Amino acid sequence: MSTATRPAGKLVTPLPDLPGDRPRAVSLTVRTLGPLLLIGAWWTASATGLLTPDILAGPPDVVRAVGELWGSGELPDALAASLTRSGTGLLLGLVAGVVLGVVTGFSRSGDELFDSSLQAMRTIPFLALVPLFMVWFGITETAKILLIAFATTFPMYVSTAGGVRGTDRKLLEAMRSFGMGRLALVREVVLPGALPSLLSGLRLSMTLSVIALVAAEEINATAGIGYLMSQAQAYARTDVLAVCILVYALLGLTADGIVRLLERFLMPWRGQGALR
Amino acid sequence: MSDTAVQVRGLRRVFGERAVLDGLDLTIARGEFVALLGASGSGKTTLLRILGALDRSDGGEVLVPEVRTIVFQEPRLVPSKRVLANTVVAMPRGAATRETGLRALREVGLGSHADAWPGTLSGGEAQRVALARALVRRPELLLLDEPFAALDALTRLRMQDLVGELCRRHRPAVLLVTHDVDEAVRLADRVAVLRDGRLVTDAPVGIDHPRDPAHPAFAALRRRLLGDLGVHQEIHRDPASPAHETHPSAPSPTGATLS
Repeated sequence: MSTATRPAGKLVTPLPDLPGDRPRAVSLTVRTLGPLLLIGAWWTASATGLLTPDILAGPPDVVRAVGELWGSGELPDALAASLTRSGTGLLLGLVAGVVLGVVTGFSRSGDELFDSSLQAMRTIPFLALVPLFMVWFGITETAKILLIAFATTFPMYVSTAGGVRGTDRKLLEAMRSFGMGRLALVREVVLPGALPSLLSGLRLSMTLSVIALVAAEEINATAGIGYLMSQAQAYARTDVLAVCILVYALLGLTADGIVRLLERFLMPWRGQGALR
Repeated sequence: MSDTAVQVRGLRRVFGERAVLDGLDLTIARGEFVALLGASGSGKTTLLRILGALDRSDGGEVLVPEVRTIVFQEPRLVPSKRVLANTVVAMPRGAATRETGLRALREVGLGSHADAWPGTLSGGEAQRVALARALVRRPELLLLDEPFAALDALTRLRMQDLVGELCRRHRPAVLLVTHDVDEAVRLADRVAVLRDGRLVTDAPVGIDHPRDPAHPAFAALRRRLLGDLGVHQEIHRDPASPAHETHPSAPSPTGATLS
């Protein structure tokens, strides 16, 4: 064939360009490059005087502020208060979202009963509920935690319901024919199958929990990162404000890392076997 | 009637205006292997699904044993369960179940794959897991819904031998739904053809195992069944020839298939 028209040259080994055979160190470096570039740009801007401290403090000032806040114990306290709030709220929201999602996704009567009201509630901006929650619960932890729970329920609900509805119906039929009960079906087939959707719901809910946290803490908080921010705002401390923003950003990054880890550990059957 | 595994009388199933099954009668004795042939849309899978309690009937009487299992056309393994867990799915947990599951896997030649994920198996291996999953429950009625249709020709022949051997060993009543005439004649004690909602043929296969497709009785039965299915072979070559039918209009070596 081609050897007839071309002189017989030396043979080569075919080298497939497969995804995923990049060394971990390289991929980690590339991943950290983006944030590092951002920090570099910020540093350059404030060092050249483009960014004055009254607009936003430069990185050295921020590092100093971190040291100061950490030394006085303000930052650890605020962090602990905020993480407890968003963690508790997120947990409540996730449980509610998964339970409602499984019920509406898996049973027709559940879908008919709950879905339209949940879809209606989903479009309510949770910020609009802040005054109402204040009236109902006062300036308490409950109000803040419930606000976060409310905000995080719906992304989880929508993702879970979608994932559960997408379960392979042939697989369900087969499992039923072997005598598997409804609870076991949900636990052993539906939820593992819906895990990718659950994890994307978790990603969205984690982000929202931080956003709802800011909203809850900006109003009448006496502890937490949001409180630290409103204090800094009152005294025009842009370095402290930058610290708080960085803390939120780090929370987002950590949340993403957690989901990535979960993806690896919760779904060991994925990524195994050939593409087909 | 303790020696009867399946008794169907006057079974009807209607989809919209069309009666897919219309007054169908079928009896399968305990330990008997019945193959059901039919063109696409003839209702053979519907009949199997009714026997397996996956579909309802619109009339008639259906009696089946308590313990029935199904091997579907696709393996239908839970991707998040390892092979052994898939085999003993919905069975009580414990060491005894584990042991019976492993024994069933060894029977289908997959004893060493117990801890593998379904995603790592080949099509034939996955279908063998599905077979182990069906046999591990010691069914009185085994329903096979075109279980070899998605396999390549070589794997299909090996799977047919395996199914035949395991069914002769465990002796469940078997209903094999297929559109492969050779497969039906190779495996079954009796072959039935479903057309227009009822069985038009119900013929015993009186050939000793292992069955040779070149055997005159095999070829004669194949020709008769193809005729019942509406396929008429124009040229009949010497039926005793080992390399049977190589004419382009004739069926492929693995069997005459209707699709």
